[in-house]
Amino acid sequence: MTYIILADFSVIRPDFGLLFWTTIIFLLFWYLMSRFAFRPIADALLERQNDIQDSLDEAKKAREEMANLKAENQELLRQAQEERVKILKEAKEAKDSIIAEAKDKAKEDARKIVSDAKLQIENQKMAAVTDMKNQAGQMAINIAEKLLKSELGGEAASEGFVKKLIDEANFN
Amino acid sequence: MRKFILSLSCIFCLSIFAIAQHDGHDHSHDGHNHNHDTHDHQGHAHDQETHTGHSHEGHDHSSHNHAGHDGHGDHGGCGHHEKHEFNPGEAAFHHISDQNIYSIGPFSFPLPCMLYVPEKGWEIFSSGKFHADAHGNGEYAYNQFILCEGSVRRVQDASFPSGHVELGHHKVYPKKLKEAKGKDKEYAFVCYNGKEWKADSKSTADGGMFGGGITSFYDFSITKNVLTMIIVFFFLAWLFTRIAKSYKERRGKAPSGLTNFIEPIFIFIQDEVAKPFLGHKWQKYLPFLMSIFFFILGLNLFGQVPFFGGSNVTGNLSFTAVIAIIAFFVTTFSGNKHYWEHTLWMPGVPALLKILVITPVEIMGMFIKPLTLMLRLFANITAGHMVIAIFVGLIFVFGQSGANPGAAYGTAVGSTILTMFMMAIELLVAFIQAFVFTILTASYIGAAVEEAHH
Repeated sequence: MTYIILADFSVIRPDFGLLFWTTIIFLLFWYLMSRFAFRPIADALLERQNDIQDSLDEAKKAREEMANLKAENQELLRQAQEERVKILKEAKEAKDSIIAEAKDKAKEDARKIVSDAKLQIENQKMAAVTDMKNQAGQMAINIAEKLLKSELGGEAASEGFVKKLIDEANFN
Repeated sequence: MRKFILSLSCIFCLSIFAIAQHDGHDHSHDGHNHNHDTHDHQGHAHDQETHTGHSHEGHDHSSHNHAGHDGHGDHGGCGHHEKHEFNPGEAAFHHISDQNIYSIGPFSFPLPCMLYVPEKGWEIFSSGKFHADAHGNGEYAYNQFILCEGSVRRVQDASFPSGHVELGHHKVYPKKLKEAKGKDKEYAFVCYNGKEWKADSKSTADGGMFGGGITSFYDFSITKNVLTMIIVFFFLAWLFTRIAKSYKERRGKAPSGLTNFIEPIFIFIQDEVAKPFLGHKWQKYLPFLMSIFFFILGLNLFGQVPFFGGSNVTGNLSFTAVIAIIAFFVTTFSGNKHYWEHTLWMPGVPALLKILVITPVEIMGMFIKPLTLMLRLFANITAGHMVIAIFVGLIFVFGQSGANPGAAYGTAVGSTILTMFMMAIELLVAFIQAFVFTILTASYIGAAVEEAHH
């Protein structure tokens, strides 16, 4: 006889007690764990996964928005610059035209003043010539009168003579 | 939830200890237990050294050594006198079996016995009443129950005294009897008052197929395996409720600590097992798959921890049968029209072929699937435990059970290396088998819930 240990492959025999307790313990484990651990953990993982995906999507969106904004800004800047150039150009044109206008007007004024002056001078000159003619005539009359008084005695004869003299003495 | 688990565990522990320690004071003078060699291999080695000079070798504890100072004596020459060789295979069988005591090294802890005798009713008491020696053989009988190799037996004979009966050392022993079919079958025997009584093993549900069958009593005790399951249950419950809580508290933050350790495993099962096999229904079955995976893994790993009793729960057919049967029910009750149509009346196949071949094969397949689940896990884990036990046993084979300490030391070195190697493989196997069980269950459920796509 060569035994003392029970050569007994007992693990292969379905044991009522072990079947019973395994069923109870496993079902309890399954129920409690799904309720308090596995389901909440799976939910939490899913939630986190969605959170991460959402965050990534949001970041991407934000980046795109940022890129859009930047492009917009650049467009605005470009437009502003263009406008500046345009405004400057317009201002320069306005200045030039104002200056030109002013110049023209000044020239015109000057010309007008000169022409007025000339006219006035002419008028003055004419007045002076007329005056001088009149005075010279008067003087001549006076001279002639005196002269004639001395030579002729009558007035009427002298006047006719003077008239003849004046016509002869016409300056023009 | 945490409070609930805590209180439940407290109640459980208290009730177990209340029953187990019922006669703890009797147990305290059992000093002699610890002087003998033990279930622990290191203990064996120690024993071999100290007892080399003695006439008995290794496991021998023949009663005649004690006959002189044994109160009851050996009137009719009963008891067993045979010397024996150490047999590592038998030692391995002993190590993987379920027990009514929990032995760690030289210490054995009593467990509550809950026994049902159909004609008498329930018997609930502590296995400490048996005063198990280092081999798990009880030195006392209690209400006709005895303890042989850590397992409760019952003397059916009404003339055997009831109550707490002192038997003495080595009065309980196994012995082979020739069966009618010519096969040897082992029974536990008890020597009392010079008479030898044969004891019944507990009832098993194999219908005599594996040498068991219905006997005079049923054992619903909290055995070593049941206690291990309870411990693993509470450990996993604590671990996972803690993790679930940390997800709740750290919502929107990165995971930390323990969560980081479990999360990759959890996500692996979720993404590599549940989602590919179950399609859009994965969330419904995820808790079941997770329960299977982590319960099996926890038990596999618990059985690997050295000096922790080496419980072989997942290597016990009763355990794997229950999980496989539950998986079978889940699969069968999940089956949709498409699944039943393909199982019972495969479309596109001639009727005669369907009746003769396809349908019988498919129906057999329904039952073979859980059967393979059951056997695969059982065989893998049992084999691992046995190989390690046998490697350690080699020390005693080559040491000739203490007669040759030099060879024992030499073998111990080689065995240690081999055992370490085996344990590394077993660690891998613990994960692989839990994973395989889960992925196959997922594939069976997946086939049952698959929608028609043709």
